Amino acid sequence: MDRFTQWFRGGGYSVVVLAALILVVFPLALDAFRLNLVGKYLTYGFVAVGLVMLWGWGGVLSLGQGVFFGLGGYAMAMFLKLEASDPESTKIQSTPGIPDFMDWNQLTALPLWWEPFRSLPFTILAVVAVPAALAFVIGYAMFKRRVGGVYFAIITQAVALVLTVLIIGQQGYTGGVNGITDLKTLAGWDIRSDSAKLVLYFVNAGLLLAVIALCLWIQRSKLGTLLLAMRDKEDRVRFSGYDVSMFKVFAFCLAAGISAIGGAMFTLQVGFMSPSFVGIVPSIEMVIFAAVGGRMSLVGAVYGALLVNFGKTYFSESFPDLWLFLMAALFIGVTMVFPNGLAGIWDKYVVQRVGTRRSSRRAGKIVAPPSAMPEPGRDDPVAEPPAEMPGRVSGQSA
Amino acid sequence: MSNEIVLAVEDLTVSFDGFKAIDALNLYVDKDELRVVIGPNGAGKTTLLDLICGKTRASAGSIRFKDQEMTRLPEHMIVRSGIGRKFQTPSIYENLSVFKNLEVSYPRGRGVFGALAFRCDEAVRGKVDEIAGEIGLAGMLHTEAGLLSHGQKQWLEIGMLLMQDPELLMLDEPIAGMSVREREQTADLLRRICRNRSVIVIEHDMEFVSKIAHKVTVMHQGKILAEGPMDKVQADPRVIDVYLGH
Repeated sequence: MDRFTQWFRGGGYSVVVLAALILVVFPLALDAFRLNLVGKYLTYGFVAVGLVMLWGWGGVLSLGQGVFFGLGGYAMAMFLKLEASDPESTKIQSTPGIPDFMDWNQLTALPLWWEPFRSLPFTILAVVAVPAALAFVIGYAMFKRRVGGVYFAIITQAVALVLTVLIIGQQGYTGGVNGITDLKTLAGWDIRSDSAKLVLYFVNAGLLLAVIALCLWIQRSKLGTLLLAMRDKEDRVRFSGYDVSMFKVFAFCLAAGISAIGGAMFTLQVGFMSPSFVGIVPSIEMVIFAAVGGRMSLVGAVYGALLVNFGKTYFSESFPDLWLFLMAALFIGVTMVFPNGLAGIWDKYVVQRVGTRRSSRRAGKIVAPPSAMPEPGRDDPVAEPPAEMPGRVSGQSA
Repeated sequence: MSNEIVLAVEDLTVSFDGFKAIDALNLYVDKDELRVVIGPNGAGKTTLLDLICGKTRASAGSIRFKDQEMTRLPEHMIVRSGIGRKFQTPSIYENLSVFKNLEVSYPRGRGVFGALAFRCDEAVRGKVDEIAGEIGLAGMLHTEAGLLSHGQKQWLEIGMLLMQDPELLMLDEPIAGMSVREREQTADLLRRICRNRSVIVIEHDMEFVSKIAHKVTVMHQGKILAEGPMDKVQADPRVIDVYLGH
């Protein structure tokens, strides 16, 4: 119990608050339509959480996370589409039993690579495995050659563009620019009903919290420490006997897999998947979610995704022309003034104050060697800088 | 001191756009030896260390460590075979505590999944305590490394290397920027840690060199100008000419 209290005070409370908010407050306060909207925003939260691991901790910026979100979403959509395209409901097509867009594109048989998506277990596996495998290939090719930083970001942009063009170009196989629409049931269960949407909301929220828990565990492991160390002094890690590139590959695959779960949940809750969630613009938007929320904070990233999307819905309804400029201003503003986003603001202005008050109270209680305490002479400069250091503040707490 | 050769560098050459930074260089380091490499700026001292640890790739020649060829191994494999390298400017993880800095350097759980499964057990903690004592940071384990003084940062990096028990330790100007007192402590530290391993040190401070060196190698323009005990090298007219001055 003591360990729990310690964890709770050390930042674990933020996870508990988030869980309470999305599991209790939102479902009680919002109507079915709004709740479904929040559910959709939370699927972007997955991508943002992945970016915290990859960008915040690993120091690798990917501007192509939409690719993985999209692949996860498409994998799920393919399963749902096949289920919606049974011969009975597609009997007016020239080839019944295949998805409608295939029929419109003069396809007369289901392509071979669609076949496995008739199976739900395969689909669930593919949702995570396909994006992770693609991330592995890209990551391995890039990081082994020491491509990093801006160059890597540009390459991920290129991948996002390539995939969008591919999906739009191959419309007989992918549904083209419209995407895969008209999804109805998941293993016979109608996902369009209000009750199904409520269930899916909770599944989504639960998965998101599970993913956050997994990431917290990784952050606390030696691998988490190594990611931070690599970001700080890559050569020191390399010359301490670590294959730096494989750790980056891992972070990239992790972020890809997490984004893909978000994509699959998006398809389930929104009822379609299209290339407009894959390309360059959505990928950059996803980075903005993480940046606004705080790229060192898993919980912050979820708030970032929620807030930016609330803002987007609100402003694009009222001032559709201004929204893009506003979002760009938000991104630039946050990166310049609050590099650690909302979580950074929280840590700096709230936790710091409460923390100093509490630690002075606790000092007598904890049995620690006197050396563990900062030297008294240095007290003031010590108290300030940690707030700026992304490495430990929100990072290790949440 | 035994005369078993740990590191054999033969005909090593590296050229950058035709400029030979290291030119057909031969160097042999014995087991448990503390070798100091001196020489004027641009002589290729740091490049030599870069080549041995794999940071720079050789154009020709061989580097054999414990009878194993190193020139084509990836950096992390060179480290794992027992070569540790300290960089010129302190290269530590500033945002992590001294304890974490040392813990992360412990040679277990070096793969991705090994690192996930890694647990900081008694063996790790014991080693951290031992090394922290050795480098004089035992009382500062929970201090953030970025807050250490310059000298302490240098020691911490040496400590991070010692965590891995390398058989060959390479230090690039370990006392640069240190106070007189810190220099003495570093000299003591180096004499202690070279007991069970070979050490190569690059240094400019001749007083410090004479305190620690078993043998001195003088480099000049990518080649070895002279090699031997300190007093012999100091008396060599060629060395006086290019480096020590009259």
